[in-house]
Amino acid sequence: MNLPNPVRAAFDRGESEDDVVVNIGPSHPATHGTIQVIAALNGEKVRRVDVHCGYLHRGFEKECESHTWANLMPYVDRLNYCSGLVNDFAYCEAVEKLMGIEITPRCRYLRTLLSEYSRIADHLTCIAASLMEIGAMTAFLYLVMIRDYIYEHLADLTGARVTYTYGRIGGLAHDLPDGWLSRLDQILGQYEVFVGRIHGLMDRNRIFIDRTRNVGALSTAEAINWGFTGPILRSTGAPRDLRKDMPYLAYADLDFEVPVGINGDNYDRYYVRMCEMDESVHMIRQLVDMLPAGPINVDDRRCVLPEKRLVYTEIESLINHFKLIMEGPQVPAGEVYSAQEAPNGELGFYIVSTGGGQPYKLHVRAPSFVHMGGLRRLLEGYQLADIIPTFGSVNMIGGECDR
Amino acid sequence: MEPTLFERVQQGLGLPAAAMSLSHGVLAIEVGAADVLPIATRLATEMTFDLLLDVTAVDWPDRPARFDVVYHFYSTAHAARVRVKTRVAEASPVVDSLISLYGSAHFMERECHDMYGIVFRGNPDLRPLLLYEGFVGHPLRKDYPKEREQPLVPYRK
Repeated sequence: MNLPNPVRAAFDRGESEDDVVVNIGPSHPATHGTIQVIAALNGEKVRRVDVHCGYLHRGFEKECESHTWANLMPYVDRLNYCSGLVNDFAYCEAVEKLMGIEITPRCRYLRTLLSEYSRIADHLTCIAASLMEIGAMTAFLYLVMIRDYIYEHLADLTGARVTYTYGRIGGLAHDLPDGWLSRLDQILGQYEVFVGRIHGLMDRNRIFIDRTRNVGALSTAEAINWGFTGPILRSTGAPRDLRKDMPYLAYADLDFEVPVGINGDNYDRYYVRMCEMDESVHMIRQLVDMLPAGPINVDDRRCVLPEKRLVYTEIESLINHFKLIMEGPQVPAGEVYSAQEAPNGELGFYIVSTGGGQPYKLHVRAPSFVHMGGLRRLLEGYQLADIIPTFGSVNMIGGECDR
Repeated sequence: MEPTLFERVQQGLGLPAAAMSLSHGVLAIEVGAADVLPIATRLATEMTFDLLLDVTAVDWPDRPARFDVVYHFYSTAHAARVRVKTRVAEASPVVDSLISLYGSAHFMERECHDMYGIVFRGNPDLRPLLLYEGFVGHPLRKDYPKEREQPLVPYRK
């Protein structure tokens, strides 16, 4: 059968006679997240690149328009599936802004703690995968082992390893189980041991440095022009971090640094992520000490489900429960753009409500998508073999890129 | 800090106060479709809004000018956001492209073209990005039914 090509390449031959056009992906083991790179090569040198995404497009934004505000939480999880909790909290914050809800102090601290915990898991995934792709199998196993401790630990909390659906508008699904914080402390101890070994294995490793130093380099001005945010922007030396610049959740109460790089190359992106994880651990320890007692959900019948005991015994609570489930929380008309510093960069939700239980429009400003727009800047002019480590260091996540 | 920024941008752009408002910490500006590029140029070059965050559209099928095209800008120097919104009609859903100012506009405008059929004048590359070659229609328009399927490869019987 002759299958139609889903893409039309921007070019079918290179600038000179010697150029060869090759296709990489979308089903290549190193293009995780299904990305397709069409490259014009001159020898081993990449002259021109055409990046295609969309192979994981599943109509997220369209689907959201026909679900209630509370019901679409599982979809939101699946945007950046390496750190689903950050997506949940960023979405909840946007809806809460529209509804004028201020979450409880305990919820604020827990969300911050879990965001940082997810950041560690996300960075571990990114570093592990990109190191493995250039041959560092030990580093991969060490890092993924820690990541799996975190995933299992989060599964204890939420019931799922990756797609947590733990955020709720106005709070969280439930409070921490007994003993969760003491296990957290053990995992952070393990993290320090193994990430210390990674520093020993990689930081001054000749092979690693040769593959990553001055590869995929970017200046701050260019990074901003191409919309890069998060660790990629910081690796160029700009200390731009929404957690510092526009503090949300409990970040204003925390002591932390914003690590930056110098050259904006692959090595700096690796190192910035490593340092950010250490900062996250530092933040988590502060948050555990500061964690206030009290309720995790706001006392607001517009969005928070009534206690089950009351649903079975009082008619008002029964109706309240029914309305919230069937019609969804009633969000006042308006529009909001709200963003958080996700592990990959600025994760923004632009939401338009016309009042009622479903969003009129929900748009995600996904860092991975914007980064794919600038990816060609990082690939052109380098070697064919650099495509894989550079792509790995960008940490493109198909779920949020293609939506 | 927000009122001063508000005033600064208002004076710099010379717009009436009615065209501006503060929406959840974002300065929202409504302009005509022809003014998007000049306003964005001034935001980018004179007012430090150096990061184009997002381009999208909102479909209001019952309105004569059916689409809102919505831009979000961020100033890395002042940590402030501006939303620029304009209306275009379905008959000529055209606005000027911002690719001369922001590299990131390339992909964002392509996506917006995919999803809503907005044409960005001056962007030479509006090939399908999240959708595929030959896809008919613009799925985020309200009149595109959610159930409609257009498989590129026919389903197995």
